[in-house]
Amino acid sequence: MAVDEGSGAMTTVDELADVRAGDKGDTLMLAVLPRDDAAFGVLDRRLTADVVAAHFAPLVTGDVGRRVVPGLPALVFRLPGVLGGGVTGSTVLDGHGKTLSYHLLTLELGRPPA
Amino acid sequence: MTAARTVRLGAGAGFAGDRIDPAVELAREARPDYLVFECLGERTVAAGHARRLTDPDAGFDPLLAARLRAVLPHCHAAGTTVVTNSGAANPEAAGDCASRVAGESGIDARVAVVTGDDVLDLVRTLDPVVWETGTPLSEVGEELISANAYLGAEAVADAVASGADVVVTGRVADPALYLGPLRYEFGWGAGDHELLGKGTLVGHLLECAGQLTGGYFADPITKPVPNPARLGFPFADVGADGAAVFGKPDGSGGRLDRRTCGEQLLYEVDDPAAYVTPDVVADFSGVTFADTGPDRVTARGATGGPRPDGLKVTLGFRGGWLGEGQLTYAGPRCLDRARLAADIVCERLVAVHSLPEDAVEVEYIGAGAALRGLAPAADPAEVRLRVSARVPSAAAADAVGWEVESLYTNGPAGGGGARSSVTEVVAVRSCVVPRAQVRPRVTVIGSRPARRGAP
Repeated sequence: MAVDEGSGAMTTVDELADVRAGDKGDTLMLAVLPRDDAAFGVLDRRLTADVVAAHFAPLVTGDVGRRVVPGLPALVFRLPGVLGGGVTGSTVLDGHGKTLSYHLLTLELGRPPA
Repeated sequence: MTAARTVRLGAGAGFAGDRIDPAVELAREARPDYLVFECLGERTVAAGHARRLTDPDAGFDPLLAARLRAVLPHCHAAGTTVVTNSGAANPEAAGDCASRVAGESGIDARVAVVTGDDVLDLVRTLDPVVWETGTPLSEVGEELISANAYLGAEAVADAVASGADVVVTGRVADPALYLGPLRYEFGWGAGDHELLGKGTLVGHLLECAGQLTGGYFADPITKPVPNPARLGFPFADVGADGAAVFGKPDGSGGRLDRRTCGEQLLYEVDDPAAYVTPDVVADFSGVTFADTGPDRVTARGATGGPRPDGLKVTLGFRGGWLGEGQLTYAGPRCLDRARLAADIVCERLVAVHSLPEDAVEVEYIGAGAALRGLAPAADPAEVRLRVSARVPSAAAADAVGWEVESLYTNGPAGGGGARSSVTEVVAVRSCVVPRAQVRPRVTVIGSRPARRGAP
């Protein structure tokens, strides 16, 4: 994966990884699976909990959790409150938030910190 | 030296509404030792209790008879044992159903029914704290209609050991449907944490069936899946040491590789290092996958730690009624007209039908509704207005669709395709009860002698 970090060119998560959404009550879980080791390197550095929290604001109601699974490799994010009411509490169509994996794919990764 | 014995576990269903023909293909082509149908979501069991309250013979999976009718002849021919949680809120009636269907197919089947997950009386006595509300159960305002503890693999293993051809359960932890047969076959004990972790990995990967073989994965650009209309369901060959090789029937659609397995490993997993089940706290953080052939993947690296002292319980409450109505607008100013329509409906639901204002939800499908406002589409080609409300009475819920439909002759220009529905809602919450106070039982239906004894 040719990502030129030096130039600070914008790239989206969609260019680097696949994302699968899951739900536990009000919490949205997003598993990010980089397509190769280079993509994992970029995402591990730039796709921080803060960046993900900002992308899902104002729906997130608490601290966004982030875990790394190096063997796959993968990143797992936990976004409390996004599904407000869960499967049976809210009346919105996609109560599971299954569509929201594709929102994370639109996240633009900014310039790497100097 | 002979090859080490393996047990083949097949995934026959990943949710209550799953397809049937892939299970038939799997039973016929892969001839698994066990064919597992996972058909029970949190809401499914609670909704089953709601049905059982009006019909004592109901409450189990309505598709159970159709599933068994389709697979039992193949299972009988191959010596495959069926394991399913289709019993839902009424495992005994599901067991009778399974026995009847087998008989109609000319198969003298031994059916084992696992009960004991129904802990309604126990939670009423213990009055545990409800996770979602943080208050004792007795202080939750809504009417409690069900409480089901997640049983573990031990009960499933006991049912298999009774010599059953079909094992029917109610609420059992999904991976335990797969771990149970492994515990029986290999004699794994409650303290064999690493083996239970490996077996739980197998169950976790198989429990959503098609989600391991390209379902909930396919993207025509980034993740193409061959022949998805004929997605094959997966199986795993598991050894006594917990080593597992995953596959799917030759010639079936879908794909099975490191990428599909990686996604499913993390599906609905909060902490990969601590996946809590009734049998083990599994640790998937060191799991790796390797492609060993076309649609063949090995998994290694799972382990686990001691099981929790408590069992999670799903509580079902009567949650009122959901009413909804939808209408489409297209072309110039469609979103403006949909907004006007929503304002009219909301005003009338409150002023004419006395619905509480905060109960009414408005979505603009096609203009960013699914993304919950995170990425609004300003100028869509068409938009579908959806108004919904959860309210205490069916009559109030009915007003939602009625008001949307009445926009035909009273609302903005060019509204078409009205649809409405009213459904009863069962709300689910969770609590924990002490393991020692939950007592699983196995009951055998059928006169045929057991086909197996102790492993």
